[in-house]
Amino acid sequence: MGYSEKLLDHYEKPRNVGSFAKDDDSVATGIVGAPACGDVMKLQIKVGKNGVIEDAKFKTYGCGSAIASSSLVTEWIKGKTLDQALEIKNASIATELALPPVKIHCSVLAEDAIKAAVADYRAKHGSGQSTEKSYPMCEPLV
Amino acid sequence: MPKLPIYLDYSATTPVDPRVAAKMIPYLTEEFGNPASRSHPFGWKAEQAVEEARAEVAALIGADAKEIVWTSGATESNNLALKGAAHFLRGKGRHLITLSTEHKAVLDVMRELEREGFDVTYLDVAANGLIDQERFVAALRPDTILASVMSVNNEIGVIQDIAALGDICRARGVLFHVDAAQATGKVDIDLSRLKVDLMSLSAHKTYGPKGVGALYVRRKPRVRLEAQIHGGGHERGMRSGTLATHQIVGMGEAFRIARLSMAAENEGIRSLRDRLLTGLSDLDAVTINGDLERRVPHNLNISFNFVEGESLMMSIKDIAVSSGSACTSASLEPSYVLRALGLPDELAHSSIRFTLGRWTTAEEVDFAIKQIKESIGRLREMSPLWEMHQDGIDVNSVQWAATDKPGEHHGL
Repeated sequence: MGYSEKLLDHYEKPRNVGSFAKDDDSVATGIVGAPACGDVMKLQIKVGKNGVIEDAKFKTYGCGSAIASSSLVTEWIKGKTLDQALEIKNASIATELALPPVKIHCSVLAEDAIKAAVADYRAKHGSGQSTEKSYPMCEPLV
Repeated sequence: MPKLPIYLDYSATTPVDPRVAAKMIPYLTEEFGNPASRSHPFGWKAEQAVEEARAEVAALIGADAKEIVWTSGATESNNLALKGAAHFLRGKGRHLITLSTEHKAVLDVMRELEREGFDVTYLDVAANGLIDQERFVAALRPDTILASVMSVNNEIGVIQDIAALGDICRARGVLFHVDAAQATGKVDIDLSRLKVDLMSLSAHKTYGPKGVGALYVRRKPRVRLEAQIHGGGHERGMRSGTLATHQIVGMGEAFRIARLSMAAENEGIRSLRDRLLTGLSDLDAVTINGDLERRVPHNLNISFNFVEGESLMMSIKDIAVSSGSACTSASLEPSYVLRALGLPDELAHSSIRFTLGRWTTAEEVDFAIKQIKESIGRLREMSPLWEMHQDGIDVNSVQWAATDKPGEHHGL
């Protein structure tokens, strides 16, 4: 299976790997996926007082496409407001990394990780409803 | 520094031994005759080469040359054996037995026979990958006509007790087919003693060319098959089609070399496999899949927990291996063989199959160990599951949002 250069670059030099301190109040965490499905993404966002995502970190258990998708979204969401971050759709992730059809679910998972992290932040800070969650199941979306 | 990339996927296929290739080439250009041409020396020479090869294939497995039928490979052999015997014995019974860990070339044929009205029992294996004989006996019915059990499993390399299962089948009047695609040159096979009626063989797993195989069909007691391919009546009517002389010559030479060299070669491979195992065994949270004793020396199947198999393969890109991870297939289902051992899905997703062969060197094994360890370290640092494990959280106790119910999405 041939992967795009962008995907390989994110896989080989993943951006923003790691975890923030657990007790930091400005940090929210989204964990999506399941070990049994072969991918789990943990996305953390650090949100400033102005509601802008100042920093993001991830850890991912999964295939190369899952790792690259999470690495990419940490880059994309930095500097965005929560609402702007929620506008990132899986299709743009899939297009950017040229994911093969069988790997589209990795981009769905990355979109869900953003939703889950934002929902966690909003739940912690009591600002509005948590976002609707749509967790993918262990099946191809093709 | 060994030459890269390093091939540790000998159970997928093997390179053709240069001695085999050299013997094949004249049969493409000079000795190009059709072995079925009886009227001139071109045909006679080709026929002679085919018969010499037939004798070599028979010699490796303790059979008579007359019991060897050429095919295009083990998949065709399995089709001919199972469909051919089932169709012939249709009037006697309609029950067939096999294992849930068989190769798809057996399982998919069984599915087809089910569509035709046969009734198939898929026996589960024990956690070590081996079939329990009592379980096998218990599955036999008065209308059982055929059982099919592989000698060596392609994913985990475990060796089933073909001798014992053959005795059971013979005593009950059940035909016994063995898929030996992964066994030739690795385990001793003596069909003059084993009570096996049909055996599928492949050339390209034993340093021969792709595109040729054979089916052993016992003559005493005689096993009868309904042909699946008609047209010309070659191979005593069991498999029509012009014989691929050069391919057949290659298989004969490959099996001759295997017969002469397997004893010493397997010991060398065993010591390299053990070197690989020792080198990797100080890693935390690794599991060996399948019985380590009743296994061919070529195979090592390991799950590196908390690391997904495909990403590990991408990371060790200088080393060619296989994974039971779903992400290597279109189905997104992890290996059905590993699942049949009772392995949780996440460990199946984390598995790597290393298979060593004739040209594997200690230098290559050492390089592989080093690169795998570095990659495991890097990927675990990136893994949220490893982080949980380090924090003392049992990953299995977590309620995962996307955990599906067993059987709901993963039906065989």
